[in-house]
This record gives sequence, C-alpha cells and structure tokens, in this order.
Amino acid sequence: MKTSYPLVIIGAGPAGMAAAQVAAAQGVEVAVIDEQAQPGGQIYRNVDSSPLADAQLLGRDYLLGKPQVQAFRHTPIEYFPASAVWYLDRNREIGLLHQAEHRRIEAGSIVIACGAQERPMPIPGWQLPGVMTAGAGQILLKSAALVPSQPPVLAGSGPLMLLLAWQYLRAGVGVRAIVDTTPRHNRLQAMLRLPRALAAAEYLYKGLKLISAIKRARIPWYLEARNLCADGDEQLQRLRFDSRGGAVEIETGLLQLHQGVIPALQLADAAGCEMRWSEMQQCWQPLVDAWGESSIAGVFIAGDAAGIGGARAAALAGQLAGLQVAFRQNRIGQQQRNRLARPLQIALRRHLAIRPFLDSYYRIDNDAQLSDGTTLVCRCEEISAAEIDAVAALGCSGPNQAKAFTRCGMGHCQGRFCGASVEILLARHRACSVADIGRFTTRPPLKPVTLGQLAAASGDQS
Amino acid sequence: MFRRLEDSAPERIEIEIDGEPVLVPAGISLAAALFYLDAMPSRRTQLSASPRAAFCMMGACFECLLEVEGEGSQRACQLQVRPGLRAWRQLDPLEPGANS
Repeated sequence: MKTSYPLVIIGAGPAGMAAAQVAAAQGVEVAVIDEQAQPGGQIYRNVDSSPLADAQLLGRDYLLGKPQVQAFRHTPIEYFPASAVWYLDRNREIGLLHQAEHRRIEAGSIVIACGAQERPMPIPGWQLPGVMTAGAGQILLKSAALVPSQPPVLAGSGPLMLLLAWQYLRAGVGVRAIVDTTPRHNRLQAMLRLPRALAAAEYLYKGLKLISAIKRARIPWYLEARNLCADGDEQLQRLRFDSRGGAVEIETGLLQLHQGVIPALQLADAAGCEMRWSEMQQCWQPLVDAWGESSIAGVFIAGDAAGIGGARAAALAGQLAGLQVAFRQNRIGQQQRNRLARPLQIALRRHLAIRPFLDSYYRIDNDAQLSDGTTLVCRCEEISAAEIDAVAALGCSGPNQAKAFTRCGMGHCQGRFCGASVEILLARHRACSVADIGRFTTRPPLKPVTLGQLAAASGDQS
Repeated sequence: MFRRLEDSAPERIEIEIDGEPVLVPAGISLAAALFYLDAMPSRRTQLSASPRAAFCMMGACFECLLEVEGEGSQRACQLQVRPGLRAWRQLDPLEPGANS
C-alpha cells in the first residue's frame, strides 16, 4: 500500500465503481476504499455471489449490477475492501482502517461515493428487537437469503418499501400489512410533475408493476397512517396506528420501517464541503458542480451521497467525476472530456427526470413526525423527543447546543439516526425551515478506531 | 425471526455464541446469523438495560454491537461468520467485558 494516490475513491457502489473504471481507463492511478467485503454497494450487494438459488426474484434492476461489478473486478486499481475511512480533511488526507490497521493516505483527488442511508423513522418503540429498517430486511435477503419466519408488517412510505413487499411475495413470504404514511396531499404536487417524469417512463412502469402485484396478493394496505406506535416488552408484539380516522392494532413480531433515503454526509462533512438544504428532497445535500466537484477543489461527490438519484444516475455521475479527474490530471484534453461526457449528461438528465415526481409523491410530512414525546430521538443515548422539546423551550440555539445539553448525537452512531429528528423538532419549535436550523458538526473518528491502532501507526511513521 | 430460503446454498458452519456451539449458513454476516438463530436481544443498552437488535444492517446505526473474539462492541453486521468464530452478546450492561 502506498501513502499517496492521484485518485482515491471512497465507496464501491455504482458511483464509485463507475468513477474508478473511467479514471483508470484514462490512465489515472486509482485506489478504491470500501466498507463492504464485496463491490456493488448496498444496491448490488452480493450480485455476483448471491446465496439465492435464483437471484431473479430480486428483480431485473438488481441484476443490472452484475456486469458492472464484474467489470470493476477486472479494472486495474488498488482495491481495499472491508476497510473504513475514519478521518478525512480538506487537504485530502485520509485515515484508513484496513485489516484492523490504521494507514494515512494522501489523495490528489477524492471521489466520495458512499451512497445513502435510510431516513430515520422515529416512532415510539422503534428501538425494540423486531423493528428494523426495510433496507435491513432487503440486505438480509440479498446477502444471507434470509426471509421473515412470519409475514412482517411494512410501514412508512417510498419505493423501497413497495420493492421489499414485492420481493417477499416473489420469495413466497407473505406480507401481513402495508401501513402507508404517504400524505394524501402529495398527490396533486406529484401529478403536476408527471409530464416530465414520462421521459423516464420505465420507473413509472416499474412502480405500477409493484403496486399491482401487491394489490393482486390482497395484502391489507392501510392508507394515510399516522401516530404509529410499536409496542412490546422484550420484543415487538404489535403495531398501533390511526388510518383514515380509525384506530388499528396489528399483532406482529416483525416491523420494517422506511421513509425514503437521504445522502450519507459524514465524509463530505468531515472534509468541510458546503451543504444546502433541499426543500424537494427534505434533506441536506453537498453543493456540487456539473462534474460532482464540491466546494473544496479536488473533492468530488458522486451518486446518492450528493443527492438521491438512484443507482443508474449514480453510475453516470461517477463516470462524469472520473472524466473530470482525468482532465484535471492532464490525461485527457478538454475536447475529449466534453465529447465523452455528452452522452453521459444526456442519460443522466433522463434518469433524473423521474425525481421531481417521486420526491413530491413521497415527500415526508414533518408535522406528522415525532408526534409522541416519548419517542426516542437518539437511540444511542436514549434521549426522547420531549427532552429535545424541553431544551428547545429553554432557547436552545441549534442542533449542536442540543447535543451539548442532552448528549443527543454523541453516541456510537454519531448522529446518523437522530440528526434529522433534532432538526425537525427545533424547526417546529421556532416555526422556521430546517434550512435555518443547521446541523450537527461532524468530527472524526467517523468510524470506530482504537487508540492502539493509532499508536501502532504512529510508531511506524516515527 | 428469520429463516433461510430453502433452495439457497446448503453449507453450514459451526460458530460459538455465548459459549454455545451453533450451526449457521456459511458466508453470512454475524448479525444475520443472530436473526437466523433468533438470538434476541443481541445486546442490552448500558444506560437502561433495554433490549436491542440489529436495525440498519449496513454499518450506520451501531445497534448490532457484539463482543467478538474478546474485542468488545464490534459491529456484527460488518463481520462475516467463519468456522470457529466466538462471539458474545453484551447482555450485562454494567460489565460489558464480563463475558470473556
């Protein structure tokens, strides 16, 4: 392993794999760091090493990843799987944990391609065993061929929830119920954006296919659900909620929650990239130019980490970032870059045409979030919504002061699963937009590193 | 809570959970193995001893922390099972290292 590379790519999902292939093809020396043991990211997890007898049950879009993963495996790069970046700064210095050892790497350019995480869906009891994210259910299916022993309840909103229900049906597992929290008033806003979405009609077709399969299976589908509450002592026993004015209670041992995905921002934050609030996607996004370059020269962000666009858009954005890095490092001229980029830009625009429709259809209703003060906002430090409300009432100035007052966001997950909730609660208290509230400061270590690992590395370098 | 799809790869390996030998499918993560074994909860919190289990399965939530080969608080979703692997659930919140 070297101590410096002209290009370091963090993440081997569709964006990272594509950036690596394009840059390497133009002669750039590339290192790729990924937390997973296999390339593909969460979306194409285990796509060329599936434990399933027939991976087709996951759907055609999943199998699209197979040639990408295989091409990546044959790309001449240095690949560090099962490795974590725990430190990153604006000078493009990286702290890497590889095979349980700390290494310091300097990068000429960086492409951050660490994808998305699920948007937290805090409800009372979401910390109970038996409650997990829909994404977790899908990872168990893709990577371990595990399916629920009893039909689960899926609750929330968004394409991934429907996709998981469809995949469970194809795997011969029932679904007990879908508890749909999508606000009814989103429909009009979405319909206004339907004409533009027709440019990417295959996404609409896929959505209709999922919905009609779920309806054919006669799965109970509760609409406009609110006030969800997961109930149980040692494990989940039941889900209670209101749907169209009526109170419903469903006995279940497994609840899978989902309300969309948001960019994973820790790395871009650690580097100090400038962020903006997206009203449309209801999340923070790093500011990037048409090539994916952030406010910090030489730090690119591609794929869902820069704003949710899905796997196909992510691969195209990764290719564009790879071209720009090759151009900056004088591997290709401006004309050649532009010529290679044009078809990618056209395809990217087409794949993103579906987003305004999807984003407005599945836009979360912040007023419906955290309606019960007993809800744990911070699962790690066990801080409730009422406790955040209390510090807000005291005049708490923002998320970082709320953190200092309550320890909310100081636990193991470092705010990944409470940051969005704290922002919503503080914005509600001040009757302003989340854009005016700001966000937690991210500080390394971004992933756990031991003092022993740091000490061993400094011994090597002295 | 979870079962293995019947037509998937049949290979099983032996690992140890809480000192007990158990058979789990090869090639899966330790967190997946706990769901397969129905070993719930997979830990208790240090603050209130409340029961927890893996939540995100992608390394972000840190709910699946387990003691693995004597190292405390490892993310079970990021570790693959291998023959002979020894892991302990952190069920005693007052003494996280008391198992080994």
